[in-house]
Amino acid sequence: MHPTHNNLSEQLQNEVQQAIATHQTLTIKAGGSKDFYGRDVVADKILNVAEHQGIISYEPTELVIKARAGTPIKAIQQALVEHKQMLAFEPPGYNGKATLGGTLASNFSGPRRAYSGAARDYVLGSSIINGKAERLSFGGEVMKNVAGYDASRLMTGALGTLGALLDASIKVVPMPEAELTLTHETTIDTALLKLHQWSQLPLPISASCFYQGRLYIRLSGTENGINSARQTIGGELLNSAANFWQSITEQTHPFFQHKPALWRLSLASNTPVLDIEGDTLYEWGGALRWLKSDVPLQRIRANSYLKKGHSTLFRSTGIRDQIFQPMPAPLLKLHQRLKQAFDPQGIFNIGRMYPDF
Amino acid sequence: MSQMATKSSINLPQLLKQLLTILPTDAVLYQEEDLRPYECDGLAAYRQLPLIVALPDSSEQVQSILRLCNKISLPVVARGAGTGLSGGALPHEQGLLLCLSKLNSILSIDKELRIARVQPGVCNLAISQAIEHLGLFYAPDPSSQIACTIGGNVAENSGGVHCLKYGLTVHNIQQITIVSIDGELITLGGTGLDCPGYDLLALMTGSEGMLGVIVEVSVKLSPRPECTQTLLAAFDDIGKAGDAVASIISAGIIPAGLEMMDKLAIQAAEDFVHAGYPIDAAAILLCELDGSLAEVASHTDAVYELLTISGVTEVRIAKDKQQSITFWKGRKAAFPAVGRISPDYYCMDGTIPRKSLAQVLQTMAEMSQQYELAIANVFHAGDGNLHPLILYDANIPGELQRAEKLGAAILQLCIKVGGTITGEHGVGMEKLDQMCVQFTAIELTQFHAIKAAFDPKSLLNPGKAIPTLHRCAEFGAMHVHHGKLRHPELERF
Ligand SMILES: Cc1cc2nc3c(=O)[nH]c(=O)nc-3n(C[C@H](O)[C@H](O)[C@H](O)COP(=O)(O)OP(=O)(O)OC[C@H]3O[C@@H](n4cnc5c(N)ncnc54)[C@H](O)[C@@H]3O)c2cc1C
Repeated sequence: MHPTHNNLSEQLQNEVQQAIATHQTLTIKAGGSKDFYGRDVVADKILNVAEHQGIISYEPTELVIKARAGTPIKAIQQALVEHKQMLAFEPPGYNGKATLGGTLASNFSGPRRAYSGAARDYVLGSSIINGKAERLSFGGEVMKNVAGYDASRLMTGALGTLGALLDASIKVVPMPEAELTLTHETTIDTALLKLHQWSQLPLPISASCFYQGRLYIRLSGTENGINSARQTIGGELLNSAANFWQSITEQTHPFFQHKPALWRLSLASNTPVLDIEGDTLYEWGGALRWLKSDVPLQRIRANSYLKKGHSTLFRSTGIRDQIFQPMPAPLLKLHQRLKQAFDPQGIFNIGRMYPDF
Repeated sequence: MSQMATKSSINLPQLLKQLLTILPTDAVLYQEEDLRPYECDGLAAYRQLPLIVALPDSSEQVQSILRLCNKISLPVVARGAGTGLSGGALPHEQGLLLCLSKLNSILSIDKELRIARVQPGVCNLAISQAIEHLGLFYAPDPSSQIACTIGGNVAENSGGVHCLKYGLTVHNIQQITIVSIDGELITLGGTGLDCPGYDLLALMTGSEGMLGVIVEVSVKLSPRPECTQTLLAAFDDIGKAGDAVASIISAGIIPAGLEMMDKLAIQAAEDFVHAGYPIDAAAILLCELDGSLAEVASHTDAVYELLTISGVTEVRIAKDKQQSITFWKGRKAAFPAVGRISPDYYCMDGTIPRKSLAQVLQTMAEMSQQYELAIANVFHAGDGNLHPLILYDANIPGELQRAEKLGAAILQLCIKVGGTITGEHGVGMEKLDQMCVQFTAIELTQFHAIKAAFDPKSLLNPGKAIPTLHRCAEFGAMHVHHGKLRHPELERF
């Protein structure tokens, strides 16, 4: 699959200009794969960036790919595979529907995140349309760049509330020469203990997961390197490992398939097992916990460990209001002012993240 | 931009009285001889005495100081160790210099989470030293690491030799606490890996003291690799060395460090520390590989072969740790070594796509002849982050100006090939004009709006990092009227 080349920058800019002139609000949409995520947005119009597609440049020796926001993640991954490279943050492709823009706007990363970094860590530069219908470029295509504020990383995870992403340059990495996954039958307490012992050693761990009494550890690196690490970690070799990790990345594993509220909890990795009723799947060495639970939102957020971390109501069938954990007042004030700085008239994705902006 | 305070509006005795309600007497400096050590940072060509220096030793004191400055509209310039190379910590004539060197405690080390919580004045190397016995290290290692502070590192998003593999400061911090200009304590980031809301942790990183004062940093610690191996490769042509860099990276190998030195730098370093460098070489590459024993062994073989294909004239593989230290000795001492062969040097920091290395180095050699100033190159080749050192003598009239012009021409060359004017040293006071070339007026306006969101009165490090549009307009005019002095407002020496 090669993405079509289609530069709609000007058209999109005109649409934003129109919206400003007619005092209409916009909801930014690309593949629609993350419609479930965030608060409900009621907007006058849709700014559709799905057709704004294409890999603008890709030079394997520079380890950089630059693509338009509507380019499917899958198309990017396919272009990279041809040169034995990959996106280090392993984002979900959501049936080919996830786009580069949406992935960055949500800062979605997969199992490798705890070991190689998040989407935001690989963003080198981006172009956007801000709420004044201006086209701006920040950062660039080189590995190190401290000229100007890091507005590209600011866009990452902003859920489109600061502007519409047009394109982005992403640092890519070589694919590991070899990979294998080991499993241990164990308890969660022992699993957390082991994960923390291993994380202090220079081991080529690239993913970890615990679910229903089984710990999964993926090793990536040179053939020799992962074989020697295997001695330290022990356990059984998992046969269809690639399928397993894909089901975690894409959230197609049976765990994700039930309907009650699915929480995404971001915590200090050594937080003990939480005393909340529900089913839990652990990732990222314990730092990410997926919780399926019927316990009401207020009671979940009242958990003392969760007060120190961050809880996101990732998927729910109910009203999508308090999706993200409320922020302290001074931090909220900074968010509102930044929103004002990028989108003074309040056009983009109003309320997608927090009700206040 | 906003020189908010004017001489007449600040009553020094009154300010002193107010500060002394917050700080003890020895933590406030105002006599000229006490201010003198603070007049510049690592870019000594720019000097300015501050009105007053404050040396808080707690974040509460920082909060009170900023509340006071906000109330009386007094500009504040934060300072760590003052090793910055772009004039970022250059004092404001009518402002307070907020020196964070007394906030220098390591607050906690969590081995299990691999996090150290430190105050901003803690020196970079002190962190790695404090955790060495745990088999951990803090990866970003600027060459100035024995002196520079972690607060300064965050403010500049500093890099170092090992950033090629381990990332920059922004990739190695988990949480920071800042004090806003109105004195609020705000925590950015979190104990987990991702948190909702805007990535203000990233925005603060590299913001050069313009958005808030960092009073605490939680840094991520990495496990020490099982083994490291260093290779030294010599080339008779700098272009071949550049190609070798590209071939290593495109073979899927990310060395821990990949550094290049050109002939002039090799010779200067050799004269200084006698590392046994091949002084006839046009360029040398230092390549450090790390990982498990097995991994390093296979990468060493692969790199050796790639170097051979690239037309290397000599490859040395360090036999032991001692030899590896010797290989690095010259690189680490390269800046002072160049300082020995020239009365002054001016260090540039442009970053370019790796593929343009050979072309840019060639063009710089031509520029060097044209401006009649020698250039020594010693740099982070793996990242494409150049550090051309322009040699000049400030005592020869016109040489500093010529060096600055050559520097500006080099930075514009970096932009032309798709790079940037600064990879790790920041814009500060120094590269304001080049910002006008790299960014459009609307982008600069957006930057000013970000600044205003944090600091509406523009009291934090005013006039640095982002040029005013007015300045850019004048800079544009300067291209036409050659021979005009840059930064006429700045003292020359
Ligand atoms: C010989 C030499 C080698 C160097 N090598 C490298 C290198 O390899 N890589 C690299 O990246 N840099 C290098 N540098 C540059 C410099 O050391 C770094 O920029 C360093 O991070 C500055 O730290 P500092 O504590 O000295 O900060 P300062 O110079 O004191 O301040 C730098 C900037 O940070 C702001 N600041 C400082 N502390 C705070 C705070 N707590 N809160 C908010 N703002 C703050 C200041 O206002 C200023 O804008 C080198 C410098 C020298 C002299």
